Amino acid sequence: MTPEATTKTTYQLPIGPIHPALKEPVAFEFEIDGERIVDVNVSLGQVHRSVEWAGMRRNPIQILYLAERICGICSYCHPMAFALAVERVAGIEVPERADYLRVIQAELERICSHILWAGVAAHEIGFDSVLFLTWQIREKALDLTEYLTGNRVTKAITMIGGVRRDVTKDMVPKVTETLNYFKDNFEKLRHIFLDDKTFKMRSQGVGILTKEDALRLCACGPTTRASGVKKDVRLDQPYFAFGDLDFDYVTPDVLTGEVNGDVYDRIIVRLLEVKQSIDLIEQCLDKMPAGDIASEPKIPKLLATLKKAKGEGIGRMEAPRGEVFHYVKLDENECPYSWKVRAPTYNNVMPWIPMLRGEQIADIPIVAASTDPCMSCTNRVAVVDNGKKYVLDKEELHRLSVEKTRRLMA
Amino acid sequence: MAKGLTKAFKKALWVYHCNSGSCNGCDIEIIAALCPRYDVERFGIKLVGSPRHADALLVTGPVTRQMEDKVKRIYEQMPDPKAVICVGNCGNTGDVFYESYNLVGPIDNIIPVDVHVIGCPPRPEAIINAVAKAWVKLETLEAK
Repeated sequence: MTPEATTKTTYQLPIGPIHPALKEPVAFEFEIDGERIVDVNVSLGQVHRSVEWAGMRRNPIQILYLAERICGICSYCHPMAFALAVERVAGIEVPERADYLRVIQAELERICSHILWAGVAAHEIGFDSVLFLTWQIREKALDLTEYLTGNRVTKAITMIGGVRRDVTKDMVPKVTETLNYFKDNFEKLRHIFLDDKTFKMRSQGVGILTKEDALRLCACGPTTRASGVKKDVRLDQPYFAFGDLDFDYVTPDVLTGEVNGDVYDRIIVRLLEVKQSIDLIEQCLDKMPAGDIASEPKIPKLLATLKKAKGEGIGRMEAPRGEVFHYVKLDENECPYSWKVRAPTYNNVMPWIPMLRGEQIADIPIVAASTDPCMSCTNRVAVVDNGKKYVLDKEELHRLSVEKTRRLMA
Repeated sequence: MAKGLTKAFKKALWVYHCNSGSCNGCDIEIIAALCPRYDVERFGIKLVGSPRHADALLVTGPVTRQMEDKVKRIYEQMPDPKAVICVGNCGNTGDVFYESYNLVGPIDNIIPVDVHVIGCPPRPEAIINAVAKAWVKLETLEAK
């Protein structure tokens, strides 16, 4: 028999949109050769809820609550990025104390999200006891969130021009107590995730994203930092009070001296960022000046100001998963003329393809999870054809996009 | 515990979780209910990987157009007797997404719901209470 005759053909393996390994609906189509992945196709759109469309029919204060429900895990950074954009349009000055309070909430969300991710990553490689351990620690973060904002998940703390709740002096001991609890447990987590044999075996050299690919595919957040790209909105374009705080880019070489861009490096980056966030909250508690927490506490008055505002604004923020980007155009109406959301997972979906190519089927869950994907943030585009079929055609989208640009420019 | 539930449960309750386009808020609260703080596994409540093994179905999310047939299929795949629990405001009423063009929900329009859990997202305690109520339904059906 000639070698050609024995060559096996590849086969297709569809995964999703509903699958026990996926927490959210997303569909993959893998081309498999034996155990190796030859090619990957990702299809999105299952969580499209027309958030932006609905937003263009509501006033900016109502949008805050809609933006909060884009994603349950990033329920702080979405409304906040929207508020930043609107503040820029309307020229609203945020009081200094509110800037510090915003940092505290943002970093608390990062701690919650990264610990949550650590648990999911452990679950994906079948290490459920670590899932339970990390989620037990996370409950403390949720307790603190509830104490500071009144809610566990959707926080409703954002207000255009400030925040809605203060961290008063008598609340500080509870915050420091929780932060100390994290510090005590950080070493335990670090030991499990970075020294454990199982974790090392499953994560080292798996799902590699090179620095070139990370730059080429515009990856963002911990995914790109784990590949050695120094990119962090908090440092590149400081917002809130981040300009006054002392911190640096977290890349894996801080700890190990080298950058591999594998799943292990992404674990390192997220773990170190938890530590960094604890430190940032402590700095904020020290430096926070006294003063107002919102520029305009009366909502009808604020709405009247926004109704007179005209122009375009951009809100950029470093969400736990990477850069979140909101674009708003106001034109002296109650509802914004346009609102566009770009969530970090949008950038981090494409890197899946180089990461997964050549890996084994069993590595799909951990590699896919290693970018911390968030589908509910990402599903922005769906084109309806004949009311049934969903088409994501590049040319068509490009045409629509050009048309929209023209319309906005007009 | 919910009214009508016997002290000794006849059997463990296996639950399948289906995300029909939710924002993750309810989903993380469901997983929080499984984790050490609330630990529903001590009652024998367990998340399973296939609807064919499940007694109860937890549906989150407002059901987007793409997920409609999948939710139906999951419901049909479950063996009888079965209970459906709708977790979160958006599955019950549409919540902030009520006017969206891409929703076919509320979930009542697609599959029959036994227990509605209100909240955005509901607390883990509320989800556990709902599961216990579904349990009562299943035990009552069995007694008949």
